Amino acid sequence: MAMADTQTGQDVRFRKEVGMPRLHKIIFVVLLCFLIALPFMVYPIFVMKVMCFALFAAAFNLLLGFGGLLSFGHAAYFGGASYVAAHAAKVWGFTPELAVLAGTLAAAILGLAIGSLAIRRQGIYFAMVTLAFAQMVYFFALQAEFTGGEDGIQGVPRGELFGLVSLQDNIALYFFVLAITFGGILALYRIVHSPFGQVLKAIRENEPRAISLGYQVNRYKLMVFTLSATFAGLAGATKSQIFQLASLTDVHWSMSGEVVLMTLLGGMGTIFGPLVGAAVIVTMQNYLATFGAWVTIIQGVIFVLGVLLFREGIVGVISRLLKRRL
Amino acid sequence: MFELLGIPPQVLMGQLLLGLINGSFYAVLSLGLAVIFGLLNIINFSHGAQYMMGAFVAWMLLNYFGIGYWPALVLAPLIVGATGIVLEKVALSRLYKLDHLYGLLLTFGIALIIQGLFRNYYGISGLPYQIPDALAGGRNLGFMFLPTYRGWIVVASVVVCFGTWFMIEKTRLGAYLRAATENPALVGAFGINVPRMITLTYGFGVALAAFAGVLAAPIYAVNPNMGADLIIVVFAVVVIGGMGSIMGAIVTGYGLGLIEGLTRVFYPEGSAVVIFVIMAIVLLIKPEGLFGRAA
Repeated sequence: MAMADTQTGQDVRFRKEVGMPRLHKIIFVVLLCFLIALPFMVYPIFVMKVMCFALFAAAFNLLLGFGGLLSFGHAAYFGGASYVAAHAAKVWGFTPELAVLAGTLAAAILGLAIGSLAIRRQGIYFAMVTLAFAQMVYFFALQAEFTGGEDGIQGVPRGELFGLVSLQDNIALYFFVLAITFGGILALYRIVHSPFGQVLKAIRENEPRAISLGYQVNRYKLMVFTLSATFAGLAGATKSQIFQLASLTDVHWSMSGEVVLMTLLGGMGTIFGPLVGAAVIVTMQNYLATFGAWVTIIQGVIFVLGVLLFREGIVGVISRLLKRRL
Repeated sequence: MFELLGIPPQVLMGQLLLGLINGSFYAVLSLGLAVIFGLLNIINFSHGAQYMMGAFVAWMLLNYFGIGYWPALVLAPLIVGATGIVLEKVALSRLYKLDHLYGLLLTFGIALIIQGLFRNYYGISGLPYQIPDALAGGRNLGFMFLPTYRGWIVVASVVVCFGTWFMIEKTRLGAYLRAATENPALVGAFGINVPRMITLTYGFGVALAAFAGVLAAPIYAVNPNMGADLIIVVFAVVVIGGMGSIMGAIVTGYGLGLIEGLTRVFYPEGSAVVIFVIMAIVLLIKPEGLFGRAA
């Protein structure tokens, strides 16, 4: 699929290295140090929100940027997991880490189910199928008993991590969230650079050839879809613990659109693009929250300009200028 | 009067009629999507927003210019179709060489802009639009009461669908169109201006959406969000039918509307999702869609 073809032309020029390239190591270490210091300077809840969306966008990017599959229904896994995690923490009395785990598991199962149907179609149809199934999940969240309809699940207790550490304190919660999201992003990095990730890239570039080489293409597609849904679910489940809330916003199609926007803006098929895109979009929403519908309009404008003029995304451009894969 | 499975016939007929009306909108909208997809190979995500624009333009014509329903039925699609032509010229035409998914992303952005703008200026409470006098009231058919306007929606949509089908399948212009769908380069070599044909086709597809919007204005409140959820159902309809055939899009649209209506009678909780369930079944049994060509 040509979605990320801006990358492929360059790959040849990059030096082959074993393990994580030094530049990536440096970026990850600097990022981690920065994030450890940040909650003492900025409102931690805001940073936690950015981190959740960064993981969400990175998970989405695994599917779009590296798998070449455009899902327009990722809100289903993000929001679905947030409902399950909220319900587990509030009604079943799960500790936070188990609640997040339950939500993530639910997203994985949902991803497996929807993915096995969606991969039967390609391209535009794939996008429409995923969107339609996500809408089905939305209607379910609207009508089911446990999801609380329009109100969502409110007042989810923050609980105690492993039954020991109270997460009432924002800083304690912050480091819990940091561990999950940073760990998630590193895991995604590992997946992309594994042999599995290489096969994905081959399928994206030339599916018939991958088939002729003996790869079970549909099995790979289903696996990457499920993985992407799982990590999206991890992000959503974590978000429900931060805001103590699971609501219809998280399963609505506009959320699916937002994660596409973050990935497009940051740079599809790049490692750090989704993180940058998430930070930019969440910050923008934060500052423009009082302007109501203007947020939607500006997001639409970014979409249009991004597609017409800026398909590489922010990190894609930087990567091209530095001649380094980012 | 007879009863079917304990359901009074008035209820059954009423829901079937509602289903048929929904089906009319599904048919006209999925027809527009199929026409656009056929030639441009993009899925028009702003279709729902353009449907909403049709309703709003009709409302504006009435409230700002005193132009009534009947002229609006022609004018609104023309106006919205013209905006579609501009959109195609300015933006979409730049994307044809790229992956088709970019067209989807672009039109999604356009939809966000249109919906945001209307929400900004008109709020989300919805604006009323009177049913035109000639179509007010209803008549008793003996077995059920038929509101005239609802009957009109079905008739008008059938006429438009049939007209479009006839134009594409039976006229010379339609033959050019179908040829350009198969092989644009060859059609261009015969001296036909294919880029212009693409532009006009997009405008026509958008005008179809706007026409559906005008039809919808008197029965649904004119609301910036009216197209957003509808279009997702129409996408499911399109996946079920497959976009390969014009007639397929029309038949699937009406058929699914009726099935949805029946579901509302026998299992109301399922009516919101029945089309998605059918989509799942079709994907399992015949992934290319009921009328689709293997892709």
